[in-house]
Amino acid sequence: MIEQRNEEPLLEQEFTVEGGDFIHAGEVSSKIKKILKEIGASQEVVRRAAIATYEAEMNVVCYAKRGDFHLAITPERLEIVIQDEGQGIEDIDLAMKEGFSTASEEIREMGFGAGMGLPNIKKNVDDLLITSVVGEGTKVTMLILTKR
Amino acid sequence: MTLREMKDLLGAEVLVGSECMDVEVRDAFAADLLSDVLAFAKEGTLLITGITNPQVIRTAEMLELIGIVFVRGKKPDEDAIKLAQIKKVPLLSTRYIMFETCGRLFRNGLVGCIERVEDDRAEE
Repeated sequence: MIEQRNEEPLLEQEFTVEGGDFIHAGEVSSKIKKILKEIGASQEVVRRAAIATYEAEMNVVCYAKRGDFHLAITPERLEIVIQDEGQGIEDIDLAMKEGFSTASEEIREMGFGAGMGLPNIKKNVDDLLITSVVGEGTKVTMLILTKR
Repeated sequence: MTLREMKDLLGAEVLVGSECMDVEVRDAFAADLLSDVLAFAKEGTLLITGITNPQVIRTAEMLELIGIVFVRGKKPDEDAIKLAQIKKVPLLSTRYIMFETCGRLFRNGLVGCIERVEDDRAEE
């Protein structure tokens, strides 16, 4: 379970990702990666955050109408919360399974949609919480500890 | 091996990054599934792929890959080329199929960025 952070973030920022916008897909991840580099996060933290954020961004682009990304950085942790408006996930345990996917042929042709996104996110973060309401949207909270 | 040596071995065309041909390539990863690239490729790895959309460039940017070789004569569209120029990701295109591309590079000293996946993944 993700514990509440007990410090005020040093930096907070909001980004919006439009569903279906494959041309700009990845731009928010690129911005977040740049911020992390600028504040001097370790290479490992930058890498893990970049992969997790990019997979999450592709999920919004592929499956949702839009998604709001909220980035909060404290000295100890990096928190990225993504709240999307979209179809939601019916069975989260099933969605977490490697190889499970509801992706369209179009998404698969792009090199995604093989049921690796959420497992990949999980592998790169220290804590992950997914809640979803079918027909409304999904909230993904990712936590990376910057000092471990 | 350098990107230039690689280009010669593969008879490849340089699409982006002709000024980076002296860059040393250490290891590579080959796949047509970007999620697998995100899961297994390392920083500084060369990517060998048949995927040519802008997402492959984003993937290279996220992982800080050293460059991309497109196989089977594939070339990315204008959007992907532009993105690669902005993000400074060298792009090469070879007519060899993926198997031949990997074989030729391996025979000349390039290795995989990992040899195999962990057991827990292989079981699934």
